[in-house]
Amino acid sequence: MTDSKYDEIMQLLCDRLSSLTNTHIEITPETNLISQLSIDSIKLLNLIMEVEDAFDISIPINALADVQTVRELVDLIYKIKTTAK
Amino acid sequence: MNLLEKLDAAAAARKALLPDGVGAFGIPIEEVYSATEARIGDRRVLLLGTNNYLGLTFAPECISAAHAAIDREGTGTTGSRMANGSYHGHRALEREFAEFYHCTSGIVFTTGYQANLGTISGLVGSGDTVLIDSDSHASIYDGCILSGADIVRFKHNDVADLEKRLRRLGDRVETTLVIAEGIYSMLGDQAPLADIVRLKKAYQCTLLLDEAHSLGVLGETGQGLVEKTGLLDEVDFITGTFSKSLCSIGGYCVSNHPQLEQLRYVSHPYIFTASPSPATIASTRAALELLRKGGHLRKQLWDNCTQLYERLKQSGYVVGPDPGPVIAAIVDTPQQALMLWRSLLEHNIYVNLILPPAAPEGKSLVRCSVNAAHTPEQMSYVGDVFSKLRDLVN
Repeated sequence: MTDSKYDEIMQLLCDRLSSLTNTHIEITPETNLISQLSIDSIKLLNLIMEVEDAFDISIPINALADVQTVRELVDLIYKIKTTAK
Repeated sequence: MNLLEKLDAAAAARKALLPDGVGAFGIPIEEVYSATEARIGDRRVLLLGTNNYLGLTFAPECISAAHAAIDREGTGTTGSRMANGSYHGHRALEREFAEFYHCTSGIVFTTGYQANLGTISGLVGSGDTVLIDSDSHASIYDGCILSGADIVRFKHNDVADLEKRLRRLGDRVETTLVIAEGIYSMLGDQAPLADIVRLKKAYQCTLLLDEAHSLGVLGETGQGLVEKTGLLDEVDFITGTFSKSLCSIGGYCVSNHPQLEQLRYVSHPYIFTASPSPATIASTRAALELLRKGGHLRKQLWDNCTQLYERLKQSGYVVGPDPGPVIAAIVDTPQQALMLWRSLLEHNIYVNLILPPAAPEGKSLVRCSVNAAHTPEQMSYVGDVFSKLRDLVN
């Protein structure tokens, strides 16, 4: 998946994660949200609300159960965005 | 990291927050003297961290009803509601709750936690959606998870945010359950129920209101936020607990939808657990009677709430948006909250300490729960101590 929408989601997410975690770690698609960025469950849920607003979609929080890396989160958002009406 | 190492990591994180001295969580209460006083260690403390809103834990009517039930029916039912655990008292209490709310149906659960777990997981399932306030109690989150429905959060008490998320659901609103709480347990604020009802009607979804903290506290007869706002008929399902104003343990759901009765056959938290003990049911029935007639208790409670809320504000504490029986001093760091909590205990005042992630927005809370049995003198003392300790949270 290399279309512009996917890249847009990746960019937005990396920017938000960078400011949210205030970290000097370089955020890549393979960065682990929990072990590397120390994103706790509440921060992740609040981030999801921001992403929902940014892309005008609904992301059920139970869909996050299998998400560990930045790429997995982008994949989920992309899937929801492209299948939404 | 294996399973046990994960627990070790959690323990280390907890120890980092609470390194020494008296543990703030699960503190042993050695003796209970009254609805407002107990012994912790060697201290006789003022209880300001219970949910005993009407102060009925030692009400003679409830105690004698519980004694009589034990003598008559024994200590436990030893079975589930589905099997041998539905005694006369369980059914009577269900009728009494339904009548109290002018509803056609009522169901009693073994705990308040299970009331939300059982009601939510019975109402929605895979393919449905639940829209919940971001400050929802864990029992609501867990009920939603158990249900398998899609869970979407809206910003706490933000009606515009709720509407935005309802709109995004499109046709799925038909199978969407919106959940709010009469009084939220962290900051003590109330749901904007009139606006939520307006959206429920506009989008034709279903609405559940949890009155756990508002039962006995709001409304002329203590029904909760539905009574205070005059919106009883607009809420589809009302849940609540016995473990706050009713001073026992258990929970309920009432509704005018006849389908509520089906929960008895599909809701695992209702079916697969032992039913409440006869003593619990008996004391709850007695307490519900006292609650309904307890206008004088609600007046005393609100006098106490207003006195302490205003005193904390005047002393410079950041508190929740509404006065009420839950009054939280909001501080920036866990260390500040712990220091304040400890100092209050050293002044013989027990309150609740709430740290992230349980506290909203990364803050920490020193949470007071006021009750009707507190005297004005006790409230003054608490206010004086908070005022004296204000510099601890600068």
